[in-house]
Amino acid sequence: MTATSATESTLAIQPPREGLTGALSDLLWRRPGLLLALMLTPPVLWLGIIYLGSLFALLAQSFFSIDEFSGLIDYQPTLKTYGELFQPSNLDIILRTVLMAAIVTIAAAIVGFPIAYYAARYAQGRWKALFYVGVLLPLWSSYLVKIYAWKLILAKEGILTWVFGKLYLGWLLDAWLSLPVIGGNSLSVSYTGTFLVFLYVWLPFMILPTKAALERVPVSLLEASSDLGATPAQTFRTVLFPLALPGIVAGSIFTFSLTLGDYIIPQIVGSSRLFIGQAVYAHQGTAGNIPLAAAFTVVPIVIMGLYLWMARRMGAFDAL
Amino acid sequence: MTTAVLFAKVSRHFGAVKAVDGVDLAIREGEFFAMLGPSGSGKTTCLRLIAGFEQPTAGHIEIFGETAEGVPPYRRNVNTVFQDYALFPHMNVLDNVAYGLMIRGIGKAERHSAAEDALTLVQLPSYGARRPNQLSGGQRQRVALARALINKPKVLLLDEPLGALDLKLRESMQEELKALQKRLGITFVFVTHDQSEALSMADRVAVFDHGRIMQLGSPQDIYQRPASRFVADFVGSSNVLPPDFANKTSGRYGWASLRPEAIRIVGAGGYEARVTASGYLGGLTRLGLDLYGQKLVALVPSNGAVPKEGDSIRVAWTPADLHLMEDEF
Repeated sequence: MTATSATESTLAIQPPREGLTGALSDLLWRRPGLLLALMLTPPVLWLGIIYLGSLFALLAQSFFSIDEFSGLIDYQPTLKTYGELFQPSNLDIILRTVLMAAIVTIAAAIVGFPIAYYAARYAQGRWKALFYVGVLLPLWSSYLVKIYAWKLILAKEGILTWVFGKLYLGWLLDAWLSLPVIGGNSLSVSYTGTFLVFLYVWLPFMILPTKAALERVPVSLLEASSDLGATPAQTFRTVLFPLALPGIVAGSIFTFSLTLGDYIIPQIVGSSRLFIGQAVYAHQGTAGNIPLAAAFTVVPIVIMGLYLWMARRMGAFDAL
Repeated sequence: MTTAVLFAKVSRHFGAVKAVDGVDLAIREGEFFAMLGPSGSGKTTCLRLIAGFEQPTAGHIEIFGETAEGVPPYRRNVNTVFQDYALFPHMNVLDNVAYGLMIRGIGKAERHSAAEDALTLVQLPSYGARRPNQLSGGQRQRVALARALINKPKVLLLDEPLGALDLKLRESMQEELKALQKRLGITFVFVTHDQSEALSMADRVAVFDHGRIMQLGSPQDIYQRPASRFVADFVGSSNVLPPDFANKTSGRYGWASLRPEAIRIVGAGGYEARVTASGYLGGLTRLGLDLYGQKLVALVPSNGAVPKEGDSIRVAWTPADLHLMEDEF
């Protein structure tokens, strides 16, 4: 044996490390549960007390009612406020919002899938980086700025009208805008405009989980399907789509629930008719009707619960 | 005899990489054909060219006399057992096996009964309700086999199907595959990097290297009369000997191969050799020898006194076992 240097240990078992951190390392190694508890306590406290606690406090409000003459809150538990949700004007708001959320979600899935597929299958190196920047860049800039930008794009004097005009397709835009319900004076005051902005703003939330799901599908599965006689369309229907479904459902949870709750986009771009988020905003603010605002908040929660339950029943999570 | 698969000057280049480079090949109907070679030798690409997952950059491919270039995989009556089995994780075993029939629009009752039959064929009856992830590697392999066979393919392609199995399972699967192929009479094309697998199962073997076929022949041909140093070296750990050595021991000149088991220990005569290493392998002992400064490997029976490192022994071989190779490389 030659002389060992100072840093080279000759002991089979080394003495405990010095200092407080050394002792702490040994303690945490011996009791992994303690480390877990240390790491989990702060977030659990935050989530449990501040987040869920305030949510339940809000939901509790929905079981109170407002005295119509005095405008004061009556703290007797009642379902009267929930009954108000079924008034035609309120039911309209709910249906309008759910329909918009559903259409935005389906459109996001259709537009997002090819992008996610390309990114998962083909993009490499520089193109992959470009994909991430392209998808995430919109999320880096201010939400309000983006929406006002869209308002300008969609306005009657905006670039979209101009482009349609230059392409001699102005008639097409006019025909679209003359359609009932989805049309309007210009795109920026129509449901079509609201839809386009929703689709733009939430699309990354659909693309990323879909891409993650597609990346986990081995190419050999697609080859096997083709090998066994399936055309590309059949392979998509029986292999690719079922395996990507958990990702699409995860993405749709984002797009659907974010659309259900948003109150800024329909305020800035679209007709003046209310969405759930705007209704909540209006009732808790100037109207001071906290119980009805709270009851409106319960609606997206119930709808999302139903949606997830149905997705589960339809086997959307089987491939997880 | 009908030709099942024909390659005429087939090349598949990926940019500058020549994965398959001017291969000529004729696989006969009903034979068990092995493609043997190290990884990156082009054997798997050849298989994928037959399946249709790759298209040749040059040359012509025929499957049972019909042109295969430009024909998508789903129109080829050729099925593949994938290296990773590629079972569909969202379907149970029965639906996996019945997949090919489902695609062809065959009714549920009929395809499930056919799938049950196919599972019986691979000795996995009553496994239909399980998910692929509940099966062992060997069972998945059988399911993949049943799934590929249910379409009654004209050619069955197997891409290193036994690679992920342990030794014992592998040996029993080799026998089973061979028996299955005899019974069904389907042309099997089998890709492997394991020379013993290729030699024990195949009717004919093509040895690949750098995208080319180095030698094509029966297992006996390949093993006993390797055409080149590469084949001799790759197919079994043969002693590859330089021209000098052959000249000294046999009077002939050229690169030669000498199988380790052809070297015998003799009492007198032969050549004197020094033992440089001795490894016990059970029935056989593997010896490292030094003869005229040439390193040799010998496999000798373990019975009796086995030479130890440093011993001096006399060795000999039948002159015919020193095989002179045609090609230099």
